[in-house]
Amino acid sequence: MSRINSPAELEAFRKNLISARDPNKTCITLCSGSACHASGSREVAAGIQEEIQKQGLSDEVEFRRTGCHGFCERGPIIVIHPEEICYFQIQPEDVPEIVTETIKGKKVIERLLYTDPATNEKIVHESDIPFYKNQGRIVFGSNVKVDPKNIDDYLAIGGYSALAKALSDMTPDGVVQEVKKANLRGRGGGGFPAGIKWEGSRNAPDEVKYVIVNADEGDPGAYMDRSLLEGNPHSVLEGLTIGAYAIGAHEGYIYVRQEYPLAVENVNIAIRQAEECGFLGENILGSGFDFVVKVHRGAGAFVCGESTALMTALEGRAGEPRPKYIRSNVVGLWGKPSVLNNVETWANVPLIINNGADWFTQFGTDGSKGTKIFSLVGKITNTGLVEVPMGTPLRDIIYKIGGGIPGGKKFKAVQTGGPSGGCLPEELLDLQVGFDELTKAGSMMGSGGMIIMDEETCMVDVARYFLEFLTDESCGKCVPCREGMRQMLKILTNITQGKGKEGDIELLEELSETAIEAALCALGKSSPNPFLSTLKYFRDEYEAHIKENRCPALSCKELISYYIDPEKCKACTVCARKCPSEAIIGGKNLIHIIDQEKCTKCGTCLEVCPSRYQAVKKISGEPVPPPIPEEARTIARKKKQQ
Amino acid sequence: MSDILLTIDGKEVRAKQDMTLLEAARSAGISIPTLCHHEKLEPYGACRLCIVEVETRGHPRIVVSCVYPVEKDIVVRTRSEKIDRIRKMILELQMAHAPDSFILQDLATEYGADKDRFEKEPSFCIHCGLCVRYCAEVKKKNAVGFVDRGIRKEISFIPEIASKECWNCKECFELCPTEALQAAYVLIEALISPETSFKPEEDGDRTKGDQDRKARKGLSVLA
Amino acid sequence: MDTDRIDQIVDKHHGEPSSLIQILLDIQTENSWLPREALERVAERLQVPMTRIQHIATFYKAFSLVPKGRHQIHICVGTACHVRGGSRVLDTVEDLTGIKPGETDLDLKFSLETVNCLGCCALGPVMEIDGKTHGKMAPAQTADVLKNYD
Repeated sequence: MSRINSPAELEAFRKNLISARDPNKTCITLCSGSACHASGSREVAAGIQEEIQKQGLSDEVEFRRTGCHGFCERGPIIVIHPEEICYFQIQPEDVPEIVTETIKGKKVIERLLYTDPATNEKIVHESDIPFYKNQGRIVFGSNVKVDPKNIDDYLAIGGYSALAKALSDMTPDGVVQEVKKANLRGRGGGGFPAGIKWEGSRNAPDEVKYVIVNADEGDPGAYMDRSLLEGNPHSVLEGLTIGAYAIGAHEGYIYVRQEYPLAVENVNIAIRQAEECGFLGENILGSGFDFVVKVHRGAGAFVCGESTALMTALEGRAGEPRPKYIRSNVVGLWGKPSVLNNVETWANVPLIINNGADWFTQFGTDGSKGTKIFSLVGKITNTGLVEVPMGTPLRDIIYKIGGGIPGGKKFKAVQTGGPSGGCLPEELLDLQVGFDELTKAGSMMGSGGMIIMDEETCMVDVARYFLEFLTDESCGKCVPCREGMRQMLKILTNITQGKGKEGDIELLEELSETAIEAALCALGKSSPNPFLSTLKYFRDEYEAHIKENRCPALSCKELISYYIDPEKCKACTVCARKCPSEAIIGGKNLIHIIDQEKCTKCGTCLEVCPSRYQAVKKISGEPVPPPIPEEARTIARKKKQQ
Repeated sequence: MSDILLTIDGKEVRAKQDMTLLEAARSAGISIPTLCHHEKLEPYGACRLCIVEVETRGHPRIVVSCVYPVEKDIVVRTRSEKIDRIRKMILELQMAHAPDSFILQDLATEYGADKDRFEKEPSFCIHCGLCVRYCAEVKKKNAVGFVDRGIRKEISFIPEIASKECWNCKECFELCPTEALQAAYVLIEALISPETSFKPEEDGDRTKGDQDRKARKGLSVLA
Repeated sequence: MDTDRIDQIVDKHHGEPSSLIQILLDIQTENSWLPREALERVAERLQVPMTRIQHIATFYKAFSLVPKGRHQIHICVGTACHVRGGSRVLDTVEDLTGIKPGETDLDLKFSLETVNCLGCCALGPVMEIDGKTHGKMAPAQTADVLKNYD
């Protein structure tokens, strides 16, 4: 493709592009994000291509593999345009029928539609499904429209117009002021106002400055940034280039985890295409502004999500954080002013430039403007990525969009903010999501992980889990983090194993203070949060573990036992056959008994026991009833009545 | 460059602009305890023992004096109930690894730290990094470095360099706050068995528990 | 891995010491582990001390200093998988293979690793073998999946 040399050329090119595309032409889009990929979208894609060709529709039907649509629970997802017919959980064998019936025959296939569990009605259009209807997808919405490997798709929806506007109509300072006015706060964790960060770098006297995309998303259970970078890499590049222009940087970095191969691939393709078009490189759009971007693959260290550790890693070293008494927007990468924002923050920038700060600030609360993408996962009916305006109550996200807790279970807590965040109980479900609101409640926004926990989740174990994660991921440089967490993890592990003792909670609180006050970086300083927030809202669970050796959620392995109720066992032998450790003493017509010595508590027996019997029980805090005597084990079967 | 005036423990202190709080305090004869600081080395900020309270615009907060640059008119307190409590905890955490270190014992007496508060894991090393940094920054030999991260972080000598450089130097031994025990031990280990530890395939049993994570991570290849 | 190939990788990154991690990642990807000779060559070419390479190679999770098994098992221990019972899946796989995360078995058949999030939380608990995702795993199913690999 040829180079575009001015904003006018860009608009002319865009006009041509759009006019060459027939809006009424049938187009099949298939979600090809990582989650759909895992559920087989590649096979579906091959099937669609083959079937289109087989049925001789290559000229009439367009096929586009897009980024993540967000409704990962129901993937692979296809949407057929222009009718916007939406099919879920597509398997390769469904493809011929789709092409014959829907593409050729213009008929909707009922069984592939979404069924609203509330009304039992079939829903044809994506926008009518509660999961989508209740969102506000200003950033993530474009994912479904573009093939991330094709810059034309991005241009067709107005791509790079914000860059053209910034370069031709705005001064660098004007850009900074607009972002400041929009009060765009960092979506990566801290929520620091991006405009202020940019201004600090802009005003720093150095000639050389850097802009950096933090795509080292490491929170377990969070994949928003991954899906944005995979699905719409140009939006991030455009935001980054605008930021570079604003602060006066000519070099940028994208630090992306190498565990995200598709993101690495797509962002590299996007950079190459942007260079070819002249959106990156020298004299961008004839403005005289030069900017290049390099990709740095992260080699697997959660701490590198911390800005100073990330910069250390970019310099080719082990990612240990540096003291932040002088901010990295003044002294950052190689000692130069460096603006680092995460993927989602950068992706918001073109929207702000195009639509203005006033448009942006209409979404959100007083302190938190715009929208936020959350990764809604765990014990939730509709797992997926959701984007909502700041200020949306947690309850709406979990119930209206997420569809509530599956399996008739009871909601217990929502965990936000990743390992440094906290768990919020049912009483706080009406809390509006926002940076300050979540922090005040003892959690934090973080990068947007939202993990739902039900009555079967043990909150002490959740705290132990996060501490284990952080202990593994700590860089090990400072004592309060390395040694403090080592001890905190030991104590929490003991509690979950029934070895907790009086005074443990107080000692954990004291260790927490040391970490909060004296640890080097944000990872260490926030490491006690999982403990503190679960203690604040679920203290009774801690006490049950310590004082009664009981896990109220029946989750901690060392504190539970599996037991077969002799009254209910029908000797169907399923559990005995499935038990991986041969711990079930069974036999034909004999009531089954679990050998507690051999039992590894994997829970298989409970899972496989037919629901009409429900003979396997989990108990905690009480002794296992003694096995029934051998002579009482035989079940006298009624003769089958003929 | 004009000097900066600040107050430390009620005393007016004049400091050079590029000084840290620790340097300013020590220049005025005010002592702040440290474990990882050395005047010949770049500030490191790892042990966190040198925390002090800084008050700016009426808000006190805890900062680490060895890396905090001096600021005009700030009020610094080197001791307070909170600082002492945190220093005590830091010492107790360290003494789980090096209970016999004289430096730690002296500080423990001063801050009332209980060396037995946490279960002992005597690894001797308290990860102050003095040996590693001295070897790199002053001696420029890079014979000893860190490996791994988090609670598995350790020091480790590069045998090829150590066999040439270390025997006649050993300057890092004296720096070690745990009385040289750790550096000497790791060095000798590296010199005695560099060859055998190079070939993990020959241990025969990579999954053996005693090889533990070190072997799994393949550390023995390097150590 | 021969020296020429390592030199090619170093040259691709213009011999820049700041590209050290990228160079090691390329070697790791191509060779599936980092032999000592390779690290020494990289140190020589980039003029960086072995201590720094040693720290990096052990600090970041992507690197291995020992050969890996033929099949890579990744078990997701992300929060979503954890609350859905991912640790029970991990326990069972440890029992079946006889190895713990970070280890490789004696026959070089399996290497076991835990990962923090595979980005498909809807399928949790998730086990990935050689890049293929096995979703909604129950402990009892793991044996059936593992026996397909040799």
